[in-house]
Amino acid sequence: MKLIVCVKQVPATESMLAVRPDGTDIERSGLTFIVNPYDEFAVEEALRIRERIGTGEVTVVTLRSHAAQKPEAALRTCLAMGADRAVLLSDPAFEDGDSFTTALALAAALRRLSFDLLLFGKQAVDDDEGAVGVQVAELLGIPHVAVVNRLEVDAKARNLVAHRQIEGGIEVVEAPLPVLVTCQKGLNEPRYPSLPGIMKAKQKPLEVLACHTLGLAPDTLGAAGAKLRVVRLELPPPRPPGRLIPGDAETQAKELVRLLHEKEKLI
Amino acid sequence: MNPILVFCEQRDGHLKKAGLEALGEGCRLAGKGGREVIAVLIGSSVDSLAADLAAHGASRILLMEDEVLDHYSPELYTSGLAEAATRVRPVAVLMGATAMGKDLAAKLAARLESALLQDCVALEIEPNGTLVGTRLLYGGKLRAIVRATHPISQVATLRPNVFSPLEPRAVSGVPVERLSVRLDRTRPMTRVREVRGAAEDKRELTEAPIIVAGGRGLRGPEHFKLLEELAKALGAAVGASRAAVDAGWKPHASQVGLTGKTVSPQLYIACGISGAIQHQAGMSSARVIVAINNNPNAPIFNLATYGIVGDLFEVVPLLTEEVKRLKQEDRK
Ligand SMILES: Cc1cc2nc3c(=O)[nH]c(=O)nc-3n(C[C@H](O)[C@H](O)[C@H](O)COP(=O)(O)OP(=O)(O)OC[C@H]3O[C@@H](n4cnc5c(N)ncnc54)[C@H](O)[C@@H]3O)c2cc1C
Ligand SMILES: Nc1ncnc2c1ncn2[C@@H]1O[C@H](COP(=O)(O)O)[C@@H](O)[C@H]1O
Repeated sequence: MKLIVCVKQVPATESMLAVRPDGTDIERSGLTFIVNPYDEFAVEEALRIRERIGTGEVTVVTLRSHAAQKPEAALRTCLAMGADRAVLLSDPAFEDGDSFTTALALAAALRRLSFDLLLFGKQAVDDDEGAVGVQVAELLGIPHVAVVNRLEVDAKARNLVAHRQIEGGIEVVEAPLPVLVTCQKGLNEPRYPSLPGIMKAKQKPLEVLACHTLGLAPDTLGAAGAKLRVVRLELPPPRPPGRLIPGDAETQAKELVRLLHEKEKLI
Repeated sequence: MNPILVFCEQRDGHLKKAGLEALGEGCRLAGKGGREVIAVLIGSSVDSLAADLAAHGASRILLMEDEVLDHYSPELYTSGLAEAATRVRPVAVLMGATAMGKDLAAKLAARLESALLQDCVALEIEPNGTLVGTRLLYGGKLRAIVRATHPISQVATLRPNVFSPLEPRAVSGVPVERLSVRLDRTRPMTRVREVRGAAEDKRELTEAPIIVAGGRGLRGPEHFKLLEELAKALGAAVGASRAAVDAGWKPHASQVGLTGKTVSPQLYIACGISGAIQHQAGMSSARVIVAINNNPNAPIFNLATYGIVGDLFEVVPLLTEEVKRLKQEDRK
């Protein structure tokens, strides 16, 4: 079973962010970067499937999406968790694109690598789009199941059953392999890299793929090919200052209900 | 002038509010350029819903009915919507940013090789049809103004509860066209075996106008009953922090935040929740936020419209009583 996991490196979720003066990106220096939390669920799930079946290969793939991004660290983390192989898509032509150009480059790389199951995160917690996985599946012409919090893969029958979170319930979906799944919290509890794992990961080579090795036209990719551009980033307007309601519990409760009723017209 | 196409989601024969909100926003955008607003309805035996779409502003309705369209299928729904797009050449395709909408929009945009503006909280259209959207990034820490590079079949999803549907009007003579889609059933695809409703929390968080949420301050699963009673009185849904979910007090479907759901209710009442940045990621766009916490330094108070420093075990039952009293008075 060949399993490939696409991971993105993102700023740590507790980071304080600042917008660069030109407004098109965040200030990246001084930030701590992590593997996108949803992608950790994907890596963990791939490792568990490999362990359960007893054979197979887990490859992690990432695409450098900004010149300043150092996603090698994210790949090393995944190798330290137990992945077998790591592939880095790195080319100025890939940078500063949108979900579509990212999906286009990833799909081209995945086609060359061959796979039975692709695992993605539900969404990257930087751009919060939840699109790249679904779009890769479309470009590869394979089915997908998104936002999965339970997965059973039958390697012999070459199919899977996935639970997909929807409003007010779950959809139980079945699909034939090869298929792409995007992972939601609840699927598993990702392991921490072990010390021997970290040592071993340092020695493993990273395979690097550039635009020309994938046979892609640079003008369809990255900033040149993007269908969507960021005009500017800004801090959201601060919430209007709130007020504390004084008094004992009974006074507080009465006053709050009065405010929600008379002022806010909510009850 | 190219029209605006709006996919109006239905499940089990019920129109989703998020779809009507997208329709309302489509009408608002169309009004600026004199464009037609065409609603697309996909499912099995859903033709009776067409009248409702007309009442909510659609000037034409495309209907795709087939037994196999009963459940959402990314493959078949995308084919259907792509077919509609080929037919009417829309400047934009809008839908609600629901589980179905976000999935379908991403696949459709890839098929049409067009821009995807996912989960917008504001949307504008330039005279030539280019969409300019406002999106929240980094768990709501930043806003981005994004702009499509080509004004052709741009796909946008709209965050539920942020946009308003039009007031329904009595209309007649809105044409309903049946679209037969060539559904290629030989291609490998997913199949929905069954849809299971969540056992508890019947009210879906992302759709609820009011949410009462609890965190570690509740000290145990049994105390969520207090919140459920308040929620019942308010007609609200019950949410939870990750601490409460990880402790096993509530299912993951109840989790609000970065690795849970993103909600935009009119009112969010946080009880015994400290307001960590990852929790804020899921709820900071609520219109009114109430915090009930016994620690006056809890970060949730920086966000709260109204704060009560106090013991939730004392305050919440009093609130429930007060709400019930008010509603009873109203009824008189
Ligand atoms: C990658 C990542 C993703 C995450 N995703 C999420 C997410 O999606 N959602 C989420 O919520 N968190 C998430 N977190 C966790 C987050 O950082 C916090 O740990 C979590 O939100 C804390 O939950 P809490 O507020 O219930 O608990 P605490 O922080 O322990 O707060 C409990 C609060 O209850 C108050 N309290 C106690 N007793 C009472 C009482 N009797 N009356 C009133 N108040 C009382 C306390 O003063 C305290 O403020 C994530 C973290 C990481 C690293
Ligand atoms: N640059 C990237 N490299 C590898 N995988 C990515 C990249 N960007 C996004 N992904 C994958 O696509 C998922 C969804 O990302 P997004 O659509 O950006 O929210 C992520 O969780 C990753 O699995």
